[in-house]
Amino acid sequence: MALEIVRGGRPHRLLLVTLSVAVLLVLLRLPFAYGSYRVFQFTLVMIWAIAVMGLNLLVGYNGQISIGHNAFFAVGAYTAAILMHRYEANLVLCLVAAALLTFLLGVAVGIPALRLRGLHLAIVTLALAMATAAILQRFESLTGGATGLRVRSLAPPEWLHLANDQYLYFIALTIAIVMFVVARALTRSAFGRAIVAIKDNQLAAEAMGVDPRVFKVLTFAISGMYAGVAGVLYVLAVNYVSPEAFPLLMSVTFLAAIAVGGLSTVQGAIIGAVFVQFVPQFASEVNASLATLIYGVILIAFMILAPRGLAGLSKRVSVHLVRVIDPLDRADRHAPDTALTVEPYGAGSAS
Amino acid sequence: MSTFIQQVIDGLSTGSIYAAMALALVLIYRSTNILNFAQGEMAMFSTYIAWQLNNWGVPLVLAILAAIAISFVGGMAIEQGIVRHVDQSSELAVVVVTLGIFLVLNALAGWIWTYFVKSFASPFPSVVWRIGRVSLSAQSVLTLVVIGVQMVLLYLLFQRTKLGLGMRAAALSRKNAEIVGISARRMMMLGWGLSASLGAVAGALIAPKLFLEPNMMFAVLLYGFAGAALGGLDSAVGAVVGGLLVGVTENLAGTYIGWIGSDLKILVPFFLIIAVLAVRPAGLFGRQIAGRV
Repeated sequence: MALEIVRGGRPHRLLLVTLSVAVLLVLLRLPFAYGSYRVFQFTLVMIWAIAVMGLNLLVGYNGQISIGHNAFFAVGAYTAAILMHRYEANLVLCLVAAALLTFLLGVAVGIPALRLRGLHLAIVTLALAMATAAILQRFESLTGGATGLRVRSLAPPEWLHLANDQYLYFIALTIAIVMFVVARALTRSAFGRAIVAIKDNQLAAEAMGVDPRVFKVLTFAISGMYAGVAGVLYVLAVNYVSPEAFPLLMSVTFLAAIAVGGLSTVQGAIIGAVFVQFVPQFASEVNASLATLIYGVILIAFMILAPRGLAGLSKRVSVHLVRVIDPLDRADRHAPDTALTVEPYGAGSAS
Repeated sequence: MSTFIQQVIDGLSTGSIYAAMALALVLIYRSTNILNFAQGEMAMFSTYIAWQLNNWGVPLVLAILAAIAISFVGGMAIEQGIVRHVDQSSELAVVVVTLGIFLVLNALAGWIWTYFVKSFASPFPSVVWRIGRVSLSAQSVLTLVVIGVQMVLLYLLFQRTKLGLGMRAAALSRKNAEIVGISARRMMMLGWGLSASLGAVAGALIAPKLFLEPNMMFAVLLYGFAGAALGGLDSAVGAVVGGLLVGVTENLAGTYIGWIGSDLKILVPFFLIIAVLAVRPAGLFGRQIAGRV
């Protein structure tokens, strides 16, 4: 028998708070419990999670397909690299500049995307994905061409007593948490309801007074911005950018993370990010082709067997342990069952 | 002037490759309403099969024909084993699954045949004709002929046969097709089989020009998409015209517009699609679908 908890009630809030505190404690402990290579991998997980959250807003919630998010990621990364390499800019400036630039780029891609529905959009973003490397090489004076740009790693302030990789881990963690909270708030706000309404039925949404053009372009821009911010952190993690670092496969990886984590869930992005960071790596230790093969098989398997991803699966399992119900449902259940007390019309007068 | 003509001819020659890919894409779109991102990799895999048979001593033309037959079965197997079980109403699910097939085939080819480039002999004679300062290879001309024949056959299949009508009906509305007694499942299976064998033809035509390696189809697929989208995803004639148009514009832009050069040529079809679809969302030859609300 599942334990029933009313949504918004004290036990429910208590459960959520304990869970978040527990997760946070584990996350804070991680960089001290593992070696620097593992910490680097955990940082990458945060970075993928940010990009995937953004892409999920676009794909999962708004129903627009993008196979070109590696381009946004690359723009974010290069913005930071150029600012740091040439102007010694600090992190906050890099983040703001990259976020702004990728937001604008998102608007620029989102506007023509209005004319291209579904599969056509997939084609155009595919072209964007494949052109990224060529464009980066073309602006050689700015991007350093094929040789790429080196960036110094961030030195933590003295008083923190942290190693470089631990410091970066905490920066990535902070930003990831902020982005997570923002994404969650967005999806639960009027904005979130509007973009889901557009996905489900654009015409009906329009009739309700939602302007699909504004919301679609905005979603594209926000999701591009998420990828851009992730790109900035990526540069800090690997200290180097080159045009080949952002292949089409990166976009496919993001989509894979969504497929594994779950469409239209913000939490799913984290599960997906852990997955794409660790599983292919274990596979590639066996055989180089195997990693790609496993990727493909998993994408197919998830879309067929668990279209709602691991987040959807875990929800289905956890329902048997703890069931969160809405207060209204509960009120309904305890109200007298009116359906039985009303006699059908004419039933009593027959005799 | 002769440079211009030469560039146009070269453009038509590369465009015919894109047209071959676009035809396969259109066929599968027409019969199943799916945009198959794995089409390029399927064609690549078929070409490897032909190469393998040829390597074992089967004559080239026979090897290609055998690969076409094997691809037909393979395409149907992919539909039966994978695509059928995906929620067809979700465009994203279908895109993700075909991307998954893309990755699997790419990795399998790399695993079986390694990533080293192999050369693939052309089934056509290597004659080059010269007219003034313009040269024209028999290979390009014959490729165009093969594609023209394919286009006509596809047109006849879809417009003049009962089977083609059934395929169109199944793609338009599964439910209504089943009501009038068309097995939508069988049509889907046939669509995948046919488009896989068209892909095998495309691969055999392309491989002599590009060499054989697991990633050979990446760009071709993109240009094929561009051609198909340009011509209208549901028109065989449109696919060929679109593919040729992409080839010619790409070549001319690369030659005459300085800053595009050879590295940014990939952007040309990209802008071409946006420009065409902004004016005519159904493409040049596509049928505008009007919906009653």
